[in-house]
Amino acid sequence: MRFGVVVFPGSNCEDDAYYAIRDGLSQPVDYVWHENRDISAYDCIILPGGFPHGDYLRAGAIARFSPVMGAVREFAARGGLVLGICNGFQVLLESGLLPGATLKNDSLQFRCMYVHLRVENTRSPFTMGLAPGQVMRIPIAHGEGNYYADEETIRELEDGGRVLFRYCDSEGKITAEANPNGSLGNIAGICNERGNVAGMMPHPERAYQAVLGSSDGLGILNSIVSFLGGR
Amino acid sequence: MNYKARITVSLKKSVVDPQGTVVKSALLTMGFGNVAGVRIGKHMEIDLADCESAAEAARMVDEMCRKLLANPVIEEYEFEVVDASNGEAAGQ
Amino acid sequence: MHASEPTVEMIIEGKLWREMGLKDSEFEMIASSLGRSPNWTELGMFAVLWSEHCAYKHSRKLLKTLPTRGERVLVGPGENAGVVDIGDGLGVAFKLESHNHPSAVEPYQGAATGAGGIVRDVLAMGARPIALLDPLRFGEPTNPRVKYLFGGVVAGLAGYGNCIGVPTVGGEVVFDDCYADNPLCNAMCVGLIRKEDIKRGVAAGVGNSVMLVGHSTGRDGIHGATFASEGLSDDTEDKRPNVQAGDPFVEKLLIEACLEMMATGSVVGIQDMGAAGITSSCAETAARAGTGIEIDLSLVPLREAGMTPYEIMLSESQERMLVILEKGREEEVSAICRKWGLPCVVIGRVTDDGLFRVRHGGRVAAEVPAALLAQNAPLYDPAWAEPDYFRKVSSFDASGIPVPEDVQGAFEAVLTSPNIACKRWVYRQYDHMVQTNTVMPPGADAAVVRVRNDGKCGPEKGIALKTDGNGRYCYLDPVRGGAIAVAETARNVACAGARPLAITNCLNFGNPEKPEVFWQFKGVIEGMRNACETLGTPVTGGNVSFYNESRDRAIYPTPIIGIVGVIDDISKILTQGFKSEGDHVIVLGDTLDELGGSEYLKVVHGVVSGRPPAIDLDREKALIETLLEANAAGLLQSAHDVSEGGLAVALAECCFDARPGARGADILLRWDGRIDSLLFSESQSRAVVTVKPSAEGEFLEICEARRVPCSIIGRVARSRLRVSVQGINAQGAGIQGTGAQGSARPVIDCDATELEKSWREVIPCLMS
Repeated sequence: MRFGVVVFPGSNCEDDAYYAIRDGLSQPVDYVWHENRDISAYDCIILPGGFPHGDYLRAGAIARFSPVMGAVREFAARGGLVLGICNGFQVLLESGLLPGATLKNDSLQFRCMYVHLRVENTRSPFTMGLAPGQVMRIPIAHGEGNYYADEETIRELEDGGRVLFRYCDSEGKITAEANPNGSLGNIAGICNERGNVAGMMPHPERAYQAVLGSSDGLGILNSIVSFLGGR
Repeated sequence: MNYKARITVSLKKSVVDPQGTVVKSALLTMGFGNVAGVRIGKHMEIDLADCESAAEAARMVDEMCRKLLANPVIEEYEFEVVDASNGEAAGQ
Repeated sequence: MHASEPTVEMIIEGKLWREMGLKDSEFEMIASSLGRSPNWTELGMFAVLWSEHCAYKHSRKLLKTLPTRGERVLVGPGENAGVVDIGDGLGVAFKLESHNHPSAVEPYQGAATGAGGIVRDVLAMGARPIALLDPLRFGEPTNPRVKYLFGGVVAGLAGYGNCIGVPTVGGEVVFDDCYADNPLCNAMCVGLIRKEDIKRGVAAGVGNSVMLVGHSTGRDGIHGATFASEGLSDDTEDKRPNVQAGDPFVEKLLIEACLEMMATGSVVGIQDMGAAGITSSCAETAARAGTGIEIDLSLVPLREAGMTPYEIMLSESQERMLVILEKGREEEVSAICRKWGLPCVVIGRVTDDGLFRVRHGGRVAAEVPAALLAQNAPLYDPAWAEPDYFRKVSSFDASGIPVPEDVQGAFEAVLTSPNIACKRWVYRQYDHMVQTNTVMPPGADAAVVRVRNDGKCGPEKGIALKTDGNGRYCYLDPVRGGAIAVAETARNVACAGARPLAITNCLNFGNPEKPEVFWQFKGVIEGMRNACETLGTPVTGGNVSFYNESRDRAIYPTPIIGIVGVIDDISKILTQGFKSEGDHVIVLGDTLDELGGSEYLKVVHGVVSGRPPAIDLDREKALIETLLEANAAGLLQSAHDVSEGGLAVALAECCFDARPGARGADILLRWDGRIDSLLFSESQSRAVVTVKPSAEGEFLEICEARRVPCSIIGRVARSRLRVSVQGINAQGAGIQGTGAQGSARPVIDCDATELEKSWREVIPCLMS
């Protein structure tokens, strides 16, 4: 299997994703420049964090028009796995590959810190190696991670079991205090109907080694490997 | 003909505006007791050259807003198009 | 010649150089060196390059007395940044810079552009920027304007650093009234480079192309350098045009594009366009290489219409680099710039006549020797005189200060004072994890960034980083304060398990033309020199920021030191928190009765006086070596240096960072004298360490061999911090004369979790 990490001008977490996959998963991984229209070599595409195009206008608003995104759309339509992390999630939202949008954190400040996430759905390729209700320690680093969608969309996500992670306390309780940005329903990550496209604001690729503070992120990345390996 | 579009993009009413809330508190603290509400949006100006007509310019600006300048999930927009040579409002 | 520009005659008649900050004597020097009077554009170029900010006229002679050589120094002062050898063929490029005056006027952009500038300085050495640190100073945080400046500066540093993807891993914030109108916004950038890839800012190779890469040039920041060379006054608000706006997105593109172009081998020299942009970068690179440069301003991409040569030469538009390339390889570099969407254009070439020739639309707008501009500004020997206050503060007698009955109350007051309180409100706004190399995040004694092995086996190295600089100590005694500033940073990295290697510095002072201020400067340099020599940490470069004063009030003399240390195996990093209940708590070093300059004296008694703590540099060195030796032998469970707030605060901090089940300590201190001195003296060369009982014997042997005083003061406990004092003449807290055999009563007894909560809430409460 092969992973591709897309690089937009202004992405800055592509190395984080690259090393987590290469050293944490021991899997082959390449950087994919945003002008590349051919991603057929890959089984999983990661859209990493950062500030592509400065996040000017809105986070991910301009990146979603990059040539590579056309290829990502087709790739997703064919069932390829796509994981958008932080800004990558925002690019997927702007592209319409996932529903909703993100607003400024309710604190109006950028927040870089560890949070706890509760695993809500273990049927997706991104979570199948985890246990339902499992609590993971993963860092966030964003100023606009406040997930929003209208009532109808939220209902569809909840009813369809498409919420993958929620912010929780260390015991797995979903509380307002545990919510670092004001996201509706403490939603930290979601997937599409088919389950092959997911997006999350926290950074699993930054929690791939104990020396960095946590290796819980490997649980998510390893789920992808299990899914691709079992196909 | 040359035109200038003035566009305002704001958060939909249904979306919470934490920036607006904070600015409102600040204004009230400063003594502006009549401030009942604040919402914060974006203002853009686009210079358009060599358009056929004001209507064409307006049509283009509307498409720009729908495709890029506003995020329809959380934002709404309004704009005016003026003749760049003499500033008269030429269409909306 | 532009119609609105003054002619040479008008310049002479109106003595227009004075408005630009040049002295009459300096103008005469320029005129006689040129053999003619300079024109308006040339005058502007001299005004910026001969400003204090660029030329270091008042400081250079003293700066030359600092030690700058060492076997690990790969690049010393004089280049865009210093570089130190960390082994395995790698170097660390690093430097500290200030952006104080702009941050006082427009805090967000002042801070942001400061970060941008220092990042480009490190990039210009060929290094990939891997970390930022921001030492900051503000007035008392209850003042609304201070809150505005504090909030704005932190937001600006966060906004810029986060966007370019360089983690801000450390820094510090200190509040004191002396900084109210003159906040300090210093920034340190650190980069990693292979030794063979180190670049320099040289315009070498006659005929080579001179290329401008990055943003277009506008009117922003004109005379920013002269702005930084004068005090702030009431019409400072009008100086807003002197503050530039940063574009971190373009900076990120610049970082990637420059690293790619340098990898092609076509880049001969490279320099940031910082103060006085085109003027300084061209003049300095040519002067270093002993060559000349000729440029054509009509080739410079402009963002505003009708810019004069004067304006183009003096513009401080951000995010621009000057690149000297091998002739014939321009297309290679242009292709890289196109890939990244960065404008780039060849604007001139390297010549052999030593002149900096500026053409504009077919005529020569300026032509002056590059070395005269960049290297031959006059250097001064300012007068110095011991100020009146010094005698007064030196003879301060603490016996006039009452020993508190409520010692615990005093302790809590010190712990929750803004300078000691938790700064998480600040560093949570910085992405300190990007690049996934931060193995010791903000909040520790030193930050540690790991160096990847790139798949090879074996331990990974870590680069330890810290900034520090107690201005109050330097005010009370510049020589002691200067030495302590260096010693503290070295002690901090040693407490993380890293060996201190070299320092950079940013020296923030008032007006050097005032004898008392220059006396402070001279003393601080002397102290720094002593410490650098004894501790073996040469100075690889730095920055001087003078004129930090307004309405006749100057800041405390504040030398901010930035240190780089190295640890060869990140699995051996030491952290400050207690690890297990029952571990023995040991204090290294001696606690003396010296409350002068302490946080306690200021916070509890409102007094800033006395001599700062004594510093014995040989003892400091012995402490550092002891920590490193003991850590290498795996004997230490934790280590934390003792500094502001004294021993009591250090113990509390060890509890806060501790593992669950080890968040407390039972401490018994033997002491004859004032209890507040025991708990709150800021005696130097001390550290609190913990060891497993089984390792204690070996550890004590190391201390004895190195003659480092050590006393076992207690054990790690589950959840309460309890400090008792026993002594025949112990004074304070109603325990007079407990006698050597008498039972000791706790003078501090609290639940560590509750204490931590109040420590954490201070800054968020102030800023809400």
